[in-house]
Amino acid sequence: MSSVRKGYVRPLDLKHGRVDLTHGSGGRAMAQLIEELFARRLGNAYLGQGNDAAVVPIPPGRLVVSTDGHVVAPLFFPGGDIGCLAVHGTINDVAVLGATPLYLAAGFILEEGFPLADLARIVDSMAEAASAAGVPVVTGDTKVVEQGKADGIYITTTGIGVVADGADYSGDRARVGDRIIVSGTIGEHGMAVLAQRESIGFSAAIRSDTAALHGLIASMRASGAAIRVLRDPTRGGVATTLNEIARQSGVGMMLQESALPILPEVTAACEFLGLDPLYVANEGKILAIVAAEDADGLLATMHAHPLGRRAALIGSVHADAQHFVQMTTTLGGRRIVDWLTGEQLPRIC
Amino acid sequence: MKYIDEFRDGELARGLAAAIERAARARREYRFMEFCGGHTHAIARYGVSDLLPPGVRMIHGPGCPVCVLPIGRIDMAIRLALEAGVILCSYGDPLRVPASHGQSLLRAKATLGRPGSTGGEIRMVYSCADALTVAQQQPARQVVFFAIGFETTTPPTAVVIKQAQALGLRNFSVLCCHVLTPSAIASILESPEVRQWGSVPLDGFVGPAHVSTIIGTRPYEFFAEEYRKPVVIAGFEPLDVLQAILMLIEQVNAGRACVENQFRRAVTREGNLKAQQVVAEVFELRRSFAWRGLGELPYSALRIRSNFAEFDAERRFSIDYQAVPDHPACECGAILRGVKRPAECRIFGSVCTPENPIGSCMVSAEGACAAHYSYGRLSGQSLSQPRESAVNR
Repeated sequence: MSSVRKGYVRPLDLKHGRVDLTHGSGGRAMAQLIEELFARRLGNAYLGQGNDAAVVPIPPGRLVVSTDGHVVAPLFFPGGDIGCLAVHGTINDVAVLGATPLYLAAGFILEEGFPLADLARIVDSMAEAASAAGVPVVTGDTKVVEQGKADGIYITTTGIGVVADGADYSGDRARVGDRIIVSGTIGEHGMAVLAQRESIGFSAAIRSDTAALHGLIASMRASGAAIRVLRDPTRGGVATTLNEIARQSGVGMMLQESALPILPEVTAACEFLGLDPLYVANEGKILAIVAAEDADGLLATMHAHPLGRRAALIGSVHADAQHFVQMTTTLGGRRIVDWLTGEQLPRIC
Repeated sequence: MKYIDEFRDGELARGLAAAIERAARARREYRFMEFCGGHTHAIARYGVSDLLPPGVRMIHGPGCPVCVLPIGRIDMAIRLALEAGVILCSYGDPLRVPASHGQSLLRAKATLGRPGSTGGEIRMVYSCADALTVAQQQPARQVVFFAIGFETTTPPTAVVIKQAQALGLRNFSVLCCHVLTPSAIASILESPEVRQWGSVPLDGFVGPAHVSTIIGTRPYEFFAEEYRKPVVIAGFEPLDVLQAILMLIEQVNAGRACVENQFRRAVTREGNLKAQQVVAEVFELRRSFAWRGLGELPYSALRIRSNFAEFDAERRFSIDYQAVPDHPACECGAILRGVKRPAECRIFGSVCTPENPIGSCMVSAEGACAAHYSYGRLSGQSLSQPRESAVNR
């Protein structure tokens, strides 16, 4: 990161300015964008090294790396925006493997013409999320593409963490008899984004649940419960994530519909649009598969954490050669909770 | 949630199931067709079949507007976007329906330009009013609303056509594919298979919910009487369906065949007269219309009256319907008529899956095959039951 001499360049116009191609050309304009917009907000000692890569200390343990591209539309939605989502999503992907997230790297693809005010707002939100989570953004990259070649802004974040030996939470470890716990109410992120995207004016605004979950996961690990699998049910929702785990572990699952925690406004919005909350994305929830004898203890631990207050036991793992996830409905019947097919599209009738 | 939970109550369901068990005569089989996709979906999603005694069998009917849409109609919509360069606005349901040459609206959408470019465009809308808004916002572009559905979605289409006329819009038109429920039911009762076998393997119908709020219960009286088949109009909630099944069994046992209304909280005998009036003003009967799986059915669909000709996309863009044969191995026709079950189709679940639908019944979540694939594949198979319930305490 080069330094720009004061007096030669007018400061960035963060009110009315827009991203142009010079901001990605490697010249002064790019240096100015990085310095005045990114570094000022995300600043920390590692980013301040000013190199194309950061040198960071790593505590003992095995390294965990995860990367995630964020392409959400709209960029701003009730409860969050693409900035904090890019931080939370990657932290969660590292944390569900039992690791302590340590550092983030961020790559930005900006479309020519993108308002600098929006960019500043997004980077502010990233900085706030990273600082609240205690996981700094230590290196980054910015590219600008011509108008029409991107949708405003894309952010890719990579997270690094360490995991102690012996802590192994993998999707193939669910066993027959285990219990399935979800850390709170489901479907809020997907419905918040959908309502905003399609300008559907629900009277009660649904807020995204986007949150960094490593704190909750740390307390769950500290409880000593025999946790087999941790997974964040993002795209495809709880149903898709459970199907993945069932296939990886070679087991079946049975859910209890009446036990699923869902906010009434999410139920109402899903009813209205013909969607099933089991398939709607979450950005601040964990699914945990835990040994039956530890389920109650783990649930109590989760209830004591602000992000786990509405945690609920929603089902159990059983033997099934076909690895079906099923559900006992409120009516007392049974249905398959299948993989999501294509995109959930609202129905007319 | 209020007004939802009441109709999905497990205890009431068990009570109704017990009453059905008591009412159903041993050694006799009851075969009822639920006409609507909404009922099919409710039965599958809530596992209603698990609550029925073995002698009561539900047959999924053709009442999914997406499923009965012929390939040639989807082709017309795609041609409008690709060749005529219009902004085609469609409900979400038809987007994935397979059309000719491996196309679908969703695939065609991917080959078109970005919103804002001058070429054709395919957009998903939640209501026909949204399509009208697009036309108002883009006066330089031709906007076509792809109007599908039974009598429930017809009045809103009629209203936007009238609004477009009142606003003097010159860039808005409708590709009208609205179809009529009573003629579809009549065709099931008169299908070639039926004539061949002499009698219909059906003991009664669970009648449409939302459609009946518009047309009322009166249109069903004719064929209840003519074909001696009881009809019970029912709501789309699982308890509605269970109660309707009980009412049908009671009619069959008593040897009656009349139209009864379980959905009295929303349906009257006369229906919504205002909606009927606006539909009659804008639409007229088509002499014949092709239904996927059922073939050409006389007087089974609507077209736009000549007073509103300028809002008829078929006339404005001079596009014709060209019939396209269904996949030869596809049994959708027999399944839609209740002659076959999804699992009896050779390609069900192997070649034809929700990810790669061949037949129309696999496309919409309300289609008989998709509902069976997604929710009901287990029925009839031996199940490994969880040894204990984790959450029933």
